[in-house]
Amino acid sequence: MTMLSHLKKLTAIAVTLLASSTIWAQSTIRLGTEGAYPPFNYYDSNGQLAGFDIDIGNALCEQMGVNCVWVAQDWDGIIPALMAGRYDVILASMFITDRRMEQVSFTDPYQASAMTFVGHKSANITDVSPAALAGKTIGAQGSTTQGDFLEAQYPDSTIRLYPTQDAVNLDLANGRLDLQAGDIIPMVEWLQTQEGSCCERVGELITDPEYVGYGVGMAVRKNDDALRERLNAALAAIIENGVYDEINNRYFDVNLLTLE
Amino acid sequence: MISLALEYSDKLLMGMWVTLQLTLIPVLLAACFALPLAVLRRKPNLWVQAPIRLFVSFFRGTPLLAQLFLVYYGSGQFREELSALGLWWFFREPIYCALLAFTLNSTAYQIEIMRGGLQSVNVGEIEAGLACGMTPLTLHRRIILPNAYRIAFPALGNEVILMLKGGAVASVITILDIMGHTRRAFSQTFDINIYFIAAILYLLITTLFVLFWRTLEGRLNHHLNRPEQRTVIAARGVTAVN
Repeated sequence: MTMLSHLKKLTAIAVTLLASSTIWAQSTIRLGTEGAYPPFNYYDSNGQLAGFDIDIGNALCEQMGVNCVWVAQDWDGIIPALMAGRYDVILASMFITDRRMEQVSFTDPYQASAMTFVGHKSANITDVSPAALAGKTIGAQGSTTQGDFLEAQYPDSTIRLYPTQDAVNLDLANGRLDLQAGDIIPMVEWLQTQEGSCCERVGELITDPEYVGYGVGMAVRKNDDALRERLNAALAAIIENGVYDEINNRYFDVNLLTLE
Repeated sequence: MISLALEYSDKLLMGMWVTLQLTLIPVLLAACFALPLAVLRRKPNLWVQAPIRLFVSFFRGTPLLAQLFLVYYGSGQFREELSALGLWWFFREPIYCALLAFTLNSTAYQIEIMRGGLQSVNVGEIEAGLACGMTPLTLHRRIILPNAYRIAFPALGNEVILMLKGGAVASVITILDIMGHTRRAFSQTFDINIYFIAAILYLLITTLFVLFWRTLEGRLNHHLNRPEQRTVIAARGVTAVN
């Protein structure tokens, strides 16, 4: 073959690729998640992302008729990476809070939100007021509402913030922590596991909107209103047609929208 | 950026203090262990040499982060056993785990640095010492060790700086060093400038340290820096370091 025909071939390939990538960009939405927050989003034994958030995301994409690709991102960089354009939506069980709303826009909530303390059974803690927990070591995942809550409300306790929820669970189980604060659903799930059998829920549910926000939503960039609307419409549709309930019941005994 | 620095100045200062502790304590402890181990490492006896070589290659061949996780989460798995041995109080605290991991890591590096220093001591000087009838102890005290430290000095300074920066991994086991406070501040403000402030703080510490180390080095090598000595050194082909 001559040089020229090689060049022609290459050009043809390049043009095809370019064209297909444009189409790809139009009908593909990139969803960012953490992949370290079972049962909401985690890697299954085959190394694939799985969980409630993943199933909801896939159902929303099917409803919208678009392709979706998942991008995993560590929690403490999950908002910066959205703003940097690494993906278009955060679907990672994120609480809708005023502070986060300064950075990003949220869809309607797809779960209700509440937090709880979890302590060692042997410690017999019943009172979770800041005075009662002075001097105790309390853990939480960093960059979370529970982390902010502890730092603001429990200045006399030692607050340890971890990169992942698993790490907090591990250190509570082995006794490095006296207590942890976490989201209610993952805490209830964890307490049913072998590792979580060490511990129990302590105190009342924490529902102060200043910390737990206004439910759990999907986050998009502030200028992405069209996408937000599409997600809202799709969410309403899957709640309406029962797909949401079906996914909900795959994972939980309670309805996540009502916590009942 | 300045207002941000002021807002978090208290926390960053506390972080600097923790960072300094996490650097200096392991480096100094390691310096105590490294010298005798480096001397043993040079013994021809394989039974003496092999365990030290194994230790060194493990800690130099694996990431510091992995070593830290191994000590921290690894010890968490053996809580019962450690409690029975009365050691759990030590492994319970993240800061002790970090100090242990960093000390082991730095020891491995310093053994190799000191081995290089010991090996590079001029054979002629050792022979001269022996000819004067020095005992092995005197020979080490007056000839070998001063020379070995002189040769190893720049590399030891390097190791301190590497420890200072490498120590930033401690923030992943919840320790609030400069990096730990920075990550917390970033999660509250989403202001990337906080990382620049952290970088400047690290740079400040390393710069001050380099100046201090250079002064110390100048003193150690004072006798090499006199003009009439320089020609002798050049003739011998020894590189003067200052």
